[in-house]
Amino acid sequence: MNPLAIAALPAACVLGSVAAQGQGPPSAPVVVASKPFGESYLLAELFAQLLESRGIAVERRPGLGATEVAFGALRTDAIDVYPEYTGTGLLAILHDPLDASMRGDARRTFAHVARECEERHGVRWLPPLGFQNGYAIAVRRDTATALQLRTLSDLARAAASLTAGFTSDFIGRSDGLPGLSREYGLALRDVRPLAPAVKYTALAERAVDVIDGYSTDGLLARFDLVTLVDDHHFFPPYEAAAVVSPRLSRTRPDAIATLTLLSSRLDEARMRTCNRRIEVDGAPIAAVAADVLHDLGLVRAVDAAARETPPARSGLLAFLWSRRTQTAWLALHHLALVLAALAAAVLVALPLGLLLERARRGAGSVIGALGLLQTIPSIALLAFMIPVLGIGVRPAFVALWLYALYPIARNTYTGVRDADIDAVAACEAMGATARQRLFWVRLPLAAPVIMAGVRTAAVISVGAATLAAFIGAGGLGEPIVTGLALADSRLVLAGAIPAALLALLVDGALAFVERAVAPAHLRASDGAGDRR
Amino acid sequence: MSLALQVEDVHHAYRGVPALTGVSLHVPAGAVVALVGESGSGKTTLLRCFNRLVDPDRGTVRVGDRDARTFDPVQLRRRIGYVPQNGGLLPHWTVRRNVALVPRLTGAPDAEMAADAALGHVGLAPDRFGDRLPRELSGGQRQRAALARAFAARQQLILLDEAFGALDAISRGEAHEAFERVRREIGFTAVLVTHDLAEAARLADRTAVMRAGAIEQVGTVAELRAAAATPYVRMLFERAQAASAALGAP
Repeated sequence: MNPLAIAALPAACVLGSVAAQGQGPPSAPVVVASKPFGESYLLAELFAQLLESRGIAVERRPGLGATEVAFGALRTDAIDVYPEYTGTGLLAILHDPLDASMRGDARRTFAHVARECEERHGVRWLPPLGFQNGYAIAVRRDTATALQLRTLSDLARAAASLTAGFTSDFIGRSDGLPGLSREYGLALRDVRPLAPAVKYTALAERAVDVIDGYSTDGLLARFDLVTLVDDHHFFPPYEAAAVVSPRLSRTRPDAIATLTLLSSRLDEARMRTCNRRIEVDGAPIAAVAADVLHDLGLVRAVDAAARETPPARSGLLAFLWSRRTQTAWLALHHLALVLAALAAAVLVALPLGLLLERARRGAGSVIGALGLLQTIPSIALLAFMIPVLGIGVRPAFVALWLYALYPIARNTYTGVRDADIDAVAACEAMGATARQRLFWVRLPLAAPVIMAGVRTAAVISVGAATLAAFIGAGGLGEPIVTGLALADSRLVLAGAIPAALLALLVDGALAFVERAVAPAHLRASDGAGDRR
Repeated sequence: MSLALQVEDVHHAYRGVPALTGVSLHVPAGAVVALVGESGSGKTTLLRCFNRLVDPDRGTVRVGDRDARTFDPVQLRRRIGYVPQNGGLLPHWTVRRNVALVPRLTGAPDAEMAADAALGHVGLAPDRFGDRLPRELSGGQRQRAALARAFAARQQLILLDEAFGALDAISRGEAHEAFERVRREIGFTAVLVTHDLAEAARLADRTAVMRAGAIEQVGTVAELRAAAATPYVRMLFERAQAASAALGAP
């Protein structure tokens, strides 16, 4: 196959899938999404299986990164439904204060959030699912007994002798530790920032005495912890509910009716058990969801595939081997996305670099602006694009393309500018036109520098493309995002190892190209340099 | 076959800094004229007027019987050979391809044959040196290849800008021999910028001493030595003689 065809193939794949994302027919599948943490995956899977059991086609987009991404996608009809919490809706989406009338009143909070989201964003909250998953300040049972702790007011009284381990998110948010300290006059002996994954272990092993958790965390049950009552109602209620897109509420009453079947059917005890099965026992989410729907009498026949017993926690290599087909497809998808974005970036950045070199004036500021683009965190850039490009491959492609522009344009500019000045000047003096000087001298001499820029861009893109999973673009980021959410390091490695190998592979392949395009005098192959 | 060159009352300034202040010079067809003088005296600017790398602010430049401004610069340059100080060979091209540059630019069908012939004239056997890259030649060989490139398309004028200045004495001698041989066998008009009065004496028919953008005196080296018109010309010769006396020359 000729090189052009090889280059065109992945581009065609990606463009194909981009095209496939366009507006579908009215009976398009309902896009069910989640945020990247265990309970959100489970609720989304419940929505999906319930819809499927009623014959409604579903497309799953699990693990959309953070509230801004998921809600942004919902608001713009890029997804149709995902599980959200009223407290998050109030503080992170509406940016409204928790006023006195809502304190400790889940009904009023829900009413306020549902009304405002509908008015401001056209997004509808379906009736709550029946449980809350709010902040839970937890202590060991022995601490609670010894110090007679039942409420947060009790905690404030005993705080001087206690060390807390809080997530940095909680330490920083005004509705987290700062507000809590003000409300209760809480002055702990020490506060240590802890990663979410280790805080329960740290508490159980007595490294800290108090942690922040969520009321449905599976680990609260496992470690026999006591959650303290928020007697001042400082924390807003975090009632879970399905939120649906404007498109879905307008056009799919059948889907809305089906989703509403789950309202008031899930309680905290059940969620805690389910979360524990997923986060602690490593049970497949689909199986847990199927069990829940069966228990609630919402589906009759349980899907055989979902019933499959969870695989015993085997070794990493065996796990990776068992996923090989899936990994290969993800890697191929990943590679296609990266190569297509890279090819598009070369098509733009190479002429741009040449143009800048001709103009010179303003070149610095254009290159600087492209460099500035590079400093935008990938996840923020991806989030910006959702309103315009929706979610999936399209915004990921554009983001990767933007990132790849800078190294290629910069290296083209400097490579062509700095190409052997004497040789270029001599050619001009002998009557070579600007075009001949460019194609005969400057571009060939700059080729290795330009290729080095392409290589840099490629390696950056392979890495950045893993983040594209947060906006549903698939690829090797998919197992990474899921693994992070479920604290499953094997799953993280199932994405991270192939992604690292892919980066090495792409870099190696482009190094080969770089050697092939190097001008004759820089190829040290024949040792002819010693001939005199 | 060769063309005469002439500049009349040429003035030029770079961003207000004068480089040439009323220079007139005649180079007869077939003659070699050397421009000597210190750095910044305007000799390279004057050289670059002939192939329109510089278009002077004032005055006329004539190539043959035409005003240089009536030529298309690219076409004009293809008719004028050019040898810069460090050769300016394209590092990624073989010597043969380098020498064939101008024949290729003009679309000559036998560019490589012309290159081989030119290489022969400067004493670089084409079958031995033609396929090498510039980095595989010595400095002297590179300058001879650059000289071959300057006349491979049968250019009738050659401009040399410090072409042999950076070479050791032996390589320079070989390059001088090559220059004289080519002049004998093919014939051309040449303007030669140099720091070196000995080189001017050996290669040029007449020498123009330049200082601060103007010509102080023009003549054969013998005439200049015998009757220096200005203190600067006299000093130039005194210093050059002191330098050769230091070598123990008779």
